[in-house]
Amino acid sequence: MSDFYRELILDHYKSPRSHGELEGATTHAEGQNPLCGDEVTVYLRLAEDGETIEDVSFTGTGCAISQASTSMLTEVIKGRKAAEIAALASDEAPLVELMDESGTPLTPVRLKCALLGLQVLKLALHKGAGTPLPEEWAGSDEIDLA
Amino acid sequence: MAVTATPKLDARKLRADFPIFEQEINGHPLAYLDSAVTSHKPRQVLDAMTRFYETSYGNVHRGVYTTAERADAAFVEAREKVRAFVNAGAAREVIFTRNATESLNLVAYAWGLDNLGPGDVVVSTELEHHSNFVPWQYIAQRTGARFALLPVTDDGEIDLDRADEAVGPGTVKVLAFGLISNSLGTVNPAERLVAWAHERGAIAVCDAAQAVPHRRIDVQALDADFVAFSGHKMLAPTGIGALWGKAALLERMSPFILGGSMIRKVTEERTSWNELPYKFEGGTPAFAEAVALGAAIDYLEAAGLEAIEAHEHELTAYALERLAELPFVTVYGPGLDRRAGIVAFNVEGVHPHDVAQILDGEGVAIRAGHHCTQPLLRRLGVAATNRASFYLYTLPEEIDRLAAGLVKVQEIFG
Repeated sequence: MSDFYRELILDHYKSPRSHGELEGATTHAEGQNPLCGDEVTVYLRLAEDGETIEDVSFTGTGCAISQASTSMLTEVIKGRKAAEIAALASDEAPLVELMDESGTPLTPVRLKCALLGLQVLKLALHKGAGTPLPEEWAGSDEIDLA
Repeated sequence: MAVTATPKLDARKLRADFPIFEQEINGHPLAYLDSAVTSHKPRQVLDAMTRFYETSYGNVHRGVYTTAERADAAFVEAREKVRAFVNAGAAREVIFTRNATESLNLVAYAWGLDNLGPGDVVVSTELEHHSNFVPWQYIAQRTGARFALLPVTDDGEIDLDRADEAVGPGTVKVLAFGLISNSLGTVNPAERLVAWAHERGAIAVCDAAQAVPHRRIDVQALDADFVAFSGHKMLAPTGIGALWGKAALLERMSPFILGGSMIRKVTEERTSWNELPYKFEGGTPAFAEAVALGAAIDYLEAAGLEAIEAHEHELTAYALERLAELPFVTVYGPGLDRRAGIVAFNVEGVHPHDVAQILDGEGVAIRAGHHCTQPLLRRLGVAATNRASFYLYTLPEEIDRLAAGLVKVQEIFG
């Protein structure tokens, strides 16, 4: 990994954007990466139309990749529609895109870290805006999703 | 009086038997410090399996032609090697499974479903690997028994003084414990734990996955009722493991995996079960892998279990010493005298995944995560740890490279 990308990830890790609980959140969800115990909770405030993301924040603990990836995600979703975000592909997550561009794409295990935030975000949208449940959670019962 | 000194192990010489070390990783020789998760394989084991496939292969238990008979004989010989290795009383008490997890599930299902119910207590420990924890928690829930845990001290040692208080009321039917903690390296007081179980009329189910590859285990002296271990952690291939159980218990148990080989007579109305050990080996077993496990046992015996244990003890002492020099590193687990070749630690302010990735860039392979012991890490108040673990091919300079890599981690994140 070149110094530029490393510095960018470390910057988001050390100074995460939109970090903390969101006042007036209309929905939230949490998730873990069972491989390493990374945890992320995403808070969303949806506009009155029920589909525009007005504001977002997150809390969590974990590796630099998981936390920086979630931080980068919060920068790009404000004002966008729930359905549009729910349909984002894995390689459209900002940190994943960045690493693909860098020429040193994430390894499969680190990819799971990088996608945790996006999956939890999609779960929050499912709960708050009724978008489809991401595949990773298909078959889970409601208790696991609470 | 003769004084017998343990012959010293020549790790550098043994290492030449392991093809994995012939390559470079990210421009460095591979410093493999993750043998607790799985071990590498010497050429002797790989060759034994290839030779078997090339010369003696046929399905076991049914062939009447020459190659199948050779396979039968090799499978019997492999079971005998496992029997002798752990000093089981009889080969029929040695069940081949996929791994320790399957062995423990076998006991939890086949013994647990028939013998547990409301009012009973199934006891595991806070130290346990998920494989000796989750099956018992699940079978307890299925049968209406209560699931309880023996507590650990802050140093990660089972605290038997608080056992009765932690277990609470009810009839203790099972104690599921590990000989050596995969997460912290704690060597548990097996004799006291087995006695604790037996005093209460409970069976003792022992996960020996971290012990059998590294030190001499005598299942008869241990006197637990079941002992489970995996081949892949002891130089053998994946897909082969074993369960040793007391014949008197195994004979009375229901089967676990049903199908071919495990039956005596099948009619439309009912099926009767084959004799031990075949009653528990439904379907074509991993017999080529079992042959390779036999070769792995030969290799370990030639190296000497006592020499392996002494070598790992020296490495552990050295690792604890080197890590103690780094003020930003916290080490978890008990003192050297009660610790096997496993050292768990954290680097201040850096997640283990990030530590492991930077170390990988230096060719140093360690484990990062929860090591399948989430309840233990919660008890210790950490989300994840780094873990370095050693085996007969580990060299002291690999521990130096670990320490140097950690300094680099600190520089990047500091």
